[in-house]
Amino acid sequence: MAKDRINDQCLEDNQVAGNGLLDRRLFLKKGLQFGAISTLASSTAALASTNSEIKNESANPPWMHVPGKPFSIYGKPSEFEDDVVRSPTQNEMVPGNGVSWTPLHLMEGTITPNGLHYERHHNGVPQIDPKKHRLLIHGLVKKDLTFSIDDLLRYPMQSKICFIECGGNSNAGWNKQPSQAQAGYFNGMASCSEWTGVPLSVLLDEVGLRKKAKWLVAEGADAFAMQMSIPIEKALDDAFLALYQNGERIRPENGYPLRLIVPGWEGVLNVKWLRRLKVTNRPVMARNETSRYTELQPSGKARMFTFPIEAKSLITSPSAHMVLKEPSLYQITGLAWTGRGKISKVEVSADGGETWAEAELQEPVLDRSFTRFRLPWHWNGKPAVLKSRAIDETGYVQPERTELVKQRGRKGFFHYNAITNWHIDSDGFVSHVYDKNENETTDSDISIDSGWD
Amino acid sequence: MKRQILISVLIAVGINPLYAESTRGPGLGHAISPEEIAVWDISVFPDGEGLPEGEGSVKDGEALYKSQCIACHGENGLGTAMGDQLAGAQMGLTSDYPEQTIGSYWPYATTVFDVVRRSMPMTAPGTLNNNEVYAVTAYLLYLNNLIGKDDVMDASTLPKVKMPNVDGFLNVHESEQGTK
Repeated sequence: MAKDRINDQCLEDNQVAGNGLLDRRLFLKKGLQFGAISTLASSTAALASTNSEIKNESANPPWMHVPGKPFSIYGKPSEFEDDVVRSPTQNEMVPGNGVSWTPLHLMEGTITPNGLHYERHHNGVPQIDPKKHRLLIHGLVKKDLTFSIDDLLRYPMQSKICFIECGGNSNAGWNKQPSQAQAGYFNGMASCSEWTGVPLSVLLDEVGLRKKAKWLVAEGADAFAMQMSIPIEKALDDAFLALYQNGERIRPENGYPLRLIVPGWEGVLNVKWLRRLKVTNRPVMARNETSRYTELQPSGKARMFTFPIEAKSLITSPSAHMVLKEPSLYQITGLAWTGRGKISKVEVSADGGETWAEAELQEPVLDRSFTRFRLPWHWNGKPAVLKSRAIDETGYVQPERTELVKQRGRKGFFHYNAITNWHIDSDGFVSHVYDKNENETTDSDISIDSGWD
Repeated sequence: MKRQILISVLIAVGINPLYAESTRGPGLGHAISPEEIAVWDISVFPDGEGLPEGEGSVKDGEALYKSQCIACHGENGLGTAMGDQLAGAQMGLTSDYPEQTIGSYWPYATTVFDVVRRSMPMTAPGTLNNNEVYAVTAYLLYLNNLIGKDDVMDASTLPKVKMPNVDGFLNVHESEQGTK
C-alpha cells in the first residue's frame, strides 16, 4: 500500500467534520493530490501492464508517428470510454416501454451530453418527419390555431439550463434492501440540458385564453399518445416549447421535433413529441395522473398532482462498485438539484451522519438545474459511511430515508428523494447501505425492480 | 392602482390577466375548423366530455380482451410481468402488498376508455374502433364488479359508473396553492 500523503498536522489543521472531511477551500491550495478511485473492472485490467511499460510507451507513443484520423461529420466519444453508456431496462413484450438510465457515476460537471440524457418512453421513440408535424392549441381559447415546426422556428426563443427528473427516479430506494446498482443506474432518471425554444406564454397570448382557462392538457405524438394535465399558471410562468437541446435539435428519444419543458416539475409533464395543447377548466384525469404517478400512502389515500421535484443530492464519486485504492486524500463529488429554485447548500458527512461539513458548490448555481458539489476527504483506511444532503432556497432539507419512509410509507413508488449512504469497507470497496435502523431483515420483500411503471 | 384597474378591465372583457403582460410573437398560427379538431381531440374527461358515439357490451369486450389484451394483462385482468393488474384485487390499499387495480384504485371510469382508445393494445395502438373500446371498457369494469354482466357502456352510462376509490386521492397541487 502506498504511503499516505496527508500528514497528521495537515489533517488537524483542515478537518471541518468527523472522519477526515476537510475544508472545501483546500481545493484552492497548491499541490493537492488525490488518491486513485477505480471500478472493480478497471482495477483488474490495470494489472495487465506495469507502470514502467506505460512510462516507456508514453515517452514515445506510436500515435506520434502515423497521421491521425481525418475529420468526422459528427463526433463520437473515444473508444476507450465505451463503458460510459445509458443502461436500459425494458418491457419484454413492448421493448419501447421502459427507461434508460444516465451513467451519473461516470460523469462530471453538470450538463448531460445528448446521447446520455435519460430516456423514459411508454411505447417507443416515434420517427417524426418535422414537415408533417403540427402543434394544435385549442379549447378555451379565442382562436384555435395550428403551428408547423417551421412556424415555431420563427418565434422569439429563450434558453434555459434545467434538469428533468422522472417522478419514478430512485424508486429502488423504497425497497427494504439497498440496491447495489451503480449510482447512475438507479438514480440516473435525471439529466440536465440547455433547452431552447418558444415561451408557452407567447403562444397562449396568440390563441387568447378565455377566462375559465385553468389547465392545459398536453399530448405527445408517440404510440402511447402520452397525455398530461398542467396548471395554466405554470404554463404561463416558465414553461416553454423546446426545439433545441444543448445547441442542436432535440434528439428523437428526447422529443424531436418539439418538447414541452416544465422546469423543475416531474419528468412525465415535460411531454415529448408535443402535438396538442387543449386549454380546459379542469384536469383530464389521464391514466398517468391517476393510476400512475400518484403515490399511495400508508393511510390508503394517494398523493396526486405532486408536481415539483423536491431537493435531492447524490455523491457520484466515490459510489457503489468503486474502489478507493489506498488511504489518502480523495475528492468527494456529486450532484444536487431541486424543482423549487436554487440549491443553497450541500452538506457532506463521512461518519454516517454524526457530523456534517459544507461542500463547495460549482458556480454558477442555476435555478432548477444540476448543481455540482465537491469536498476533499481524507480516508484513513477504516470503514466509513458517506452521505450528502441538499438544502434548497426554500429552506427544505433533503430527508434521511427513515424520515421519508415514516412520512410516506414504502408503496408510493414515485418521488423518492432521500439521502443516499455509501459504505466504504477497509478494502476501499464502496457499497450502498441504509442506516442501521432501516434494515428490516425479518420480512421478505417483493422488490420494486421494474424500471418502468 | 392603475394595474388593479387594468386587471379589472381585462377580467371584465374576458381576458385572463395572468398573461396580460407577456411577450407577443409574430402571429403565425393557422386557423383550424371544429370538424378538423374533432379528428385530433381524443381526450375524455370524468364527466364524459369527449366520449364519442357508439356502445359496447361486456360479452363483446370479453372476446376482444381474449384476443387483444390477455397476452400482457393476463387471465381475468390479473396482470403479468409485462402488463398491469387491472382487476381482481385481494389485498387492500393499506396492506403490505396493495393491489392498485381499476376497481380498487382508479378514480374515474372514463380514464379506462381514454387510455384504451389512445394507447392500447401497445402492439397496435389506436386500432380498436369506438364500439370496441366501449366493449373492452365494459368488460374491464365488469371484471372489477363495477357493472353487471348485461350492462352496455356508452357516452351516457360510462361516466355514471361509481368508482369505489374516487375520494382516495389528496390533491397536493391544490393544497400547496391554498397555503400560498
